[in-house]
Amino acid sequence: MSRSLKKGPYVVPSVYRKVDALNNRGSKEPITTWARACTIVPEFVGHTFMVHNGKVHVKVFVTEDMVGHKLGEFSPTRTFRGHGGKSKK
Amino acid sequence: MPRLLGVDIPPDRQTVISLTYLYGVGPQTARELCHKAGIDPTVRARELGEDEVARLAALLDKDYIVEGQLRRQVSQNISRLRDIACYRGIRHRRGLPVRGQRTRTNARTRKGPKKTVAGKKGVKDLR
Repeated sequence: MSRSLKKGPYVVPSVYRKVDALNNRGSKEPITTWARACTIVPEFVGHTFMVHNGKVHVKVFVTEDMVGHKLGEFSPTRTFRGHGGKSKK
Repeated sequence: MPRLLGVDIPPDRQTVISLTYLYGVGPQTARELCHKAGIDPTVRARELGEDEVARLAALLDKDYIVEGQLRRQVSQNISRLRDIACYRGIRHRRGLPVRGQRTRTNARTRKGPKKTVAGKKGVKDLR
């Protein structure tokens, strides 16, 4: 089920403030964040985020297509290295 | 034999049913179409007059996305997800279920036929 429209998108305020500040200064440094649940809004486009995946911060460059997704969608939390294989046994 | 939108020719079934043979038209939309075009939904498709077919075609053309266009739209949506490398896009790329279903067992629709792994007790998570 999707989120109620009344509330608007879930944007983590601290992240938004940071982006806003960067936009005002016109600079684009990466923003390190743990806020994986934060929705990407149009203001974020062109910025780079370092999104935590539980272990490290993954670099995510936000493009226009990503608007409406959450930051965490671009920072996979699992690594699959494959099953079996002769070399491992 | 009525022809709608090029190739589709669903003949001696009720109009509502025939319409569902179009990609993107299900029972709901079919009923809606019949109603809007002022056609008895139970009449056989073969018995539809030319004007009635034309009315249906016009309706479909105007308000609905069906067949090729719909297919294109769907694959575009998927390729968008792939391109931005979001979680769903990655699942599409790997041919795994996209909506959080379990993959330890089942998920055969996405994963295709079983690939049996030697030396495994029972058939568990493959691949």
